Amino acid sequence: MKVTMKVNGRAVSGEVEGRTLLVDFLRNDLRLTGTHVGCDTSQCGACTVHVDGKQVKSCTMFAAEADGAEVATIEGVAAPDGTLSSIQQAFQDHHGLQCGFCTPGMVMAAASLLKDNPKPTEAEVRHHLDGNICRCTGYHNIVKAIMAASGQEMPAMAAE
Amino acid sequence: MYAFEIERPTTLDAAKAAIADGGQALSGGQTLIPTLKARLAMPEKLVSLHSIAELKGVSTDGEGRICIKGATVHRTVGDEAGAYPALASVAARIGDPAVRNRGTIGGSLANNDPSACYPAAALGSGATICTDRREIAADDYFKGMFTTALAEGEIVTEVKFPVPEVAAYEKFIQPASRFPLVAVFVAKFADGVRVAITGASETGVFRWAEAEKALSDNFTPEALEGLKMDPDHMIADLHGDKAYRAHLCAVMTKRAVKNAK
Ligand SMILES: Cc1cc2nc3c(=O)[nH]c(=O)nc-3n(C[C@H](O)[C@H](O)[C@H](O)COP(=O)(O)OP(=O)(O)OC[C@H]3O[C@@H](n4cnc5c(N)ncnc54)[C@H](O)[C@@H]3O)c2cc1C
Ligand code: FES
Ligand code: FES
Repeated sequence: MKVTMKVNGRAVSGEVEGRTLLVDFLRNDLRLTGTHVGCDTSQCGACTVHVDGKQVKSCTMFAAEADGAEVATIEGVAAPDGTLSSIQQAFQDHHGLQCGFCTPGMVMAAASLLKDNPKPTEAEVRHHLDGNICRCTGYHNIVKAIMAASGQEMPAMAAE
Repeated sequence: MYAFEIERPTTLDAAKAAIADGGQALSGGQTLIPTLKARLAMPEKLVSLHSIAELKGVSTDGEGRICIKGATVHRTVGDEAGAYPALASVAARIGDPAVRNRGTIGGSLANNDPSACYPAAALGSGATICTDRREIAADDYFKGMFTTALAEGEIVTEVKFPVPEVAAYEKFIQPASRFPLVAVFVAKFADGVRVAITGASETGVFRWAEAEKALSDNFTPEALEGLKMDPDHMIADLHGDKAYRAHLCAVMTKRAVKNAK
């Protein structure tokens, strides 16, 4: 079947099967490989994108369900000239990534949190990241980066 | 996944026709898509309920019940069911933000996972489950693990929750799945207390009659002193054995009574 959607503001269309996952359409058809598949079992959040402004796991939604929707992926986050968004810059400044595999999902999750809650508490940041798994960082620097991106300092943590 | 087609009707009537024609309901897909990936289901056609406006929304009816349409996502219930705070709090703690943006009450109740949250809220509140055919009292709806009173192709269209004087949902989280290991929903109504427990029993969500009786006489955590859950019908898995779950049932019930508001 044919699907048409806006991805990062650009109108795109393609032929998909009923079973084609949104993440496969993004990665294989549109070649937007920044959205990662970490688990494919709805647990890790590496595949997080926004559909009509809401964060979803693109491995747990069919491309056909996004027909007519506005989709935002990590590729649309930086400015066209490559300038990083404030969240991305904060991840770099605060070492919020090591291997980087989880980072696209983390950044998309953080963006959706800060849109609804521009000044979250540390606990709210951690709660919001319930569905995003990172095997490298131990999360502290991710939380720090998101706090910094919201213009807040984070008190020193016990593990430091 | 096996191959299938997807239809996206915009009215309940069109969805009923497509399901009668051999389709299976697809709501949030947060359970069904993982099931399809594991090739545990082989539908020929999925009928998405997501674009059906008449199946979405939270409202209050003439009897003061909070009414949630079947394809309403958990996030909306968390945001809009504030008139029944314990219910809003159940929805706001399901899974994670992405799951709450897609997963729906109808999908959760139709699936009746033995560890799911909404079955405890519905049974604990004495809710009414409305379908495209009839109304089913929660006491008659849950029939054991992954089993309900729904007939083949029957669609959950709305769930009506009477609002208790006070209530609370205490969820002991299994951190890897974020489902409850054991969770307890306690609701105090003018005519008695209901206690529904999920995650614990091999027969799915159930009411704890002894606790209900004790709490109806005296709604305090102390009223539960000495009450023990029989471990016999408890689930045992690598996260906890029968005795552990039986113990958690009592602990979480006490906490729910203490925190009820
Ligand atoms: C990472 C993760 C964490 C989760 N954590 C929790 C948790 O803590 N607590 C919890 O309770 N759940 C949890 N869930 C499950 C989640 O709440 C699901 O959304 C829910 O169980 C199923 O709802 P759905 O709308 O996604 O249904 P779907 O997956 O679309 O459908 C599930 C089943 O119900 C049928 N169905 C769907 N809608 C209807 C309807 N209206 N009428 C009749 N049949 C219908 C479908 O045909 C299918 O058989 C979690 C899921 C994930 C992926
Ligand atoms: S790849 Fe989608 S949740 Fe892990
Ligand atoms: S940085 Fe490696 S998984 Fe998060």
